[in-house]
Amino acid sequence: MGQIKLEKVTKSFGDVEVIPPLDLTIGEGEFTVFVGPSGCGKSTLLRLIAGLEDISSGQITIDGQDATNVPPAKRRLAMVFQSYALYPHMSVRKNIAFPLRMAKLDQAEQDKRVEQAASVLNLTDYLDRRPGQLSGGQRQRVAIGRAIVREPAAFLFDEPLSNLDAALRVGMRLEISELHKRLATTMIYVTHDQVEAMTMADKIVVLRAGHIEQVGSPLELYRTPRNLFVAGFIGSPKMNHIDGAEAAKHSAKTIGVRPEHIDVVDGEGVWQGTVGVAEHLGSDTFFHIHGTGIAETLTVRATGEVDFRHGDRIGLVPRADQIHRFDDQGLRMP
Amino acid sequence: MATQHSRSAARLMMGPAVVLLLGWMLVPLLMTLYFSFKSYLPLRGGDLGWIGFDNYVRFVTSSAFWPSVSATLIIVGGVLLITVVLGVLLAILLDQPMWGQGIVRILVIAPFFVMPTVSALVWKNMFMDPVNGLFAHLWKFFGAQPVEWLSDASLFSIVLIVSWQWLPFATLILLTAIQSLDSEQLEAAEMDGAPPPKRFVFIILPHLGRAITIVVLIQTIFLLSIFAEIFVTTGGAFGSRTLTYLIFQRVLESQNVGLGSAGGVYAIILANIVALFLMRIVGKNLDA
Ligand SMILES: Nc1ncnc2c1ncn2[C@@H]1O[C@H](COP(=O)(O)OP(=O)(O)OP(=O)(O)O)[C@@H](O)[C@H]1O
Ligand SMILES: [Mg+2]
Repeated sequence: MGQIKLEKVTKSFGDVEVIPPLDLTIGEGEFTVFVGPSGCGKSTLLRLIAGLEDISSGQITIDGQDATNVPPAKRRLAMVFQSYALYPHMSVRKNIAFPLRMAKLDQAEQDKRVEQAASVLNLTDYLDRRPGQLSGGQRQRVAIGRAIVREPAAFLFDEPLSNLDAALRVGMRLEISELHKRLATTMIYVTHDQVEAMTMADKIVVLRAGHIEQVGSPLELYRTPRNLFVAGFIGSPKMNHIDGAEAAKHSAKTIGVRPEHIDVVDGEGVWQGTVGVAEHLGSDTFFHIHGTGIAETLTVRATGEVDFRHGDRIGLVPRADQIHRFDDQGLRMP
Repeated sequence: MATQHSRSAARLMMGPAVVLLLGWMLVPLLMTLYFSFKSYLPLRGGDLGWIGFDNYVRFVTSSAFWPSVSATLIIVGGVLLITVVLGVLLAILLDQPMWGQGIVRILVIAPFFVMPTVSALVWKNMFMDPVNGLFAHLWKFFGAQPVEWLSDASLFSIVLIVSWQWLPFATLILLTAIQSLDSEQLEAAEMDGAPPPKRFVFIILPHLGRAITIVVLIQTIFLLSIFAEIFVTTGGAFGSRTLTYLIFQRVLESQNVGLGSAGGVYAIILANIVALFLMRIVGKNLDA
């Protein structure tokens, strides 16, 4: 259960077409992540699937049944909002039980499911508090609790962790991944965060201006980005793009090399440059290299502590088998 | 306000305002108390000396007292009920995107700008007049006997007029409250399977709780002392005499300042009782 299929789905707000015709299939039990720059239509797409917005044309199928005109409540999808959207005047218990109460389940069953969800999410001690008396992470868990008690066909998350601090984010990321493993329910997850996308997803959908640029597993996207946009978007720090004569040597319009695929050497390399900013993270060192003559700046990632400083002249050696080539349309060349 | 110096400077600066406000409130209150223990009849001998609690006893034992208290409470209660219920509905309506929203909003607010005397006169002469009023024509159109609104249904008519005046206030406050409701909450409720009526009961109404409380409290303060609407419509006849109006009659029509002052003290007590009840009922909404 939980297969979602979009066929030729479009969405316009007035004259503005936010989603041009789009086809996408989300398989049963898959963890799908939507990524893309701000304003590209990720939230809109999610809301279309949820039924909170009407689609302008096309068809949405859930588990083989046409859901295009089915109201949100009947689609058996649960959504976790960025603002959590908890009901502030209800206790945590009532918040979690709300969908069950709306479905008119009997009280014993309601209590059972709420207790269950609370124990899964470590909320048992907080059941009688109001949302206002909880921390951000706890609120997030309540929102998830409210979603899981309904036993939906799929979960929709719209940037659920973006209001949390870095440490909490890592924790919640693991909890959501674990939840997915346990429930094996389809999940669609919108995020800005590279790491969230790469670590959680079974499948990443890269969007730009409502278009799907590429769909694939995280490593597929990392290894074989279909075009320059995806190449630049997936991976952190960003892939270096090099145009001109250097690219022509590889008979391409543009070549791309990821920072981690360039080795730094003391002395002569394939390219030479001067270290600009060096970011020493301990586990890694990022160098921003200037004056290479092939690109404004090159970013290089060296593993461990590498002791080059600002102004040092160093050599760079790209790994030959890790050079991505793109043609003049920006598409990947084999 | 951290240092000793700035604190005392602040006190000095606030001094005039505090003194002014104290005088503003205390002087009338003390004068009322002073007169209430005197027999003071300006046109019939003036100050006739101290008479203890006589005025207080006379005021409550008068046959007009309890009816006036109940008229006051009926008017306050009726207006509160009508303005809150219609105010919520109107606020929801005005919150919907629609054509000509700006104009409609101004129209809705307009009655609030009309002076109470004027609006009461308009209602009295244009709507409720049993011969020429619009209502009379309407009744006649359907073949019914026109209602003598201000004599047969005087309290109801006054409630209607005052509600019309205060509805904009309620609507405005409730509208801003509705607009501050996070739309994601409504969407979440929609996905949780709540149809519109349930979304209203479980999400919108609780969200409006605080605004409704404010509306109820503020309106009560003003409604306890309405006067002009009664003065120009029924003149206190036909059971529409409120406590305020009774005091007015004692002081100005019977020229008995002492008796009226005692009535004023009763009005203060009544207001406090009402306030106490209100805070019991709705006050908890004000705690965040
Ligand atoms: N109700 C609306 N009316 C008009 N335009 C809208 C509406 N909602 C969204 N848009 C437009 O649709 C586009 C996509 O918006 P959307 O919220 O889906 O972006 P997003 O990918 O979720 O961005 P972000 O990452 O910043 O959340 C934007 O250009 C936005 O201006
Ligand atoms: Mg968004």
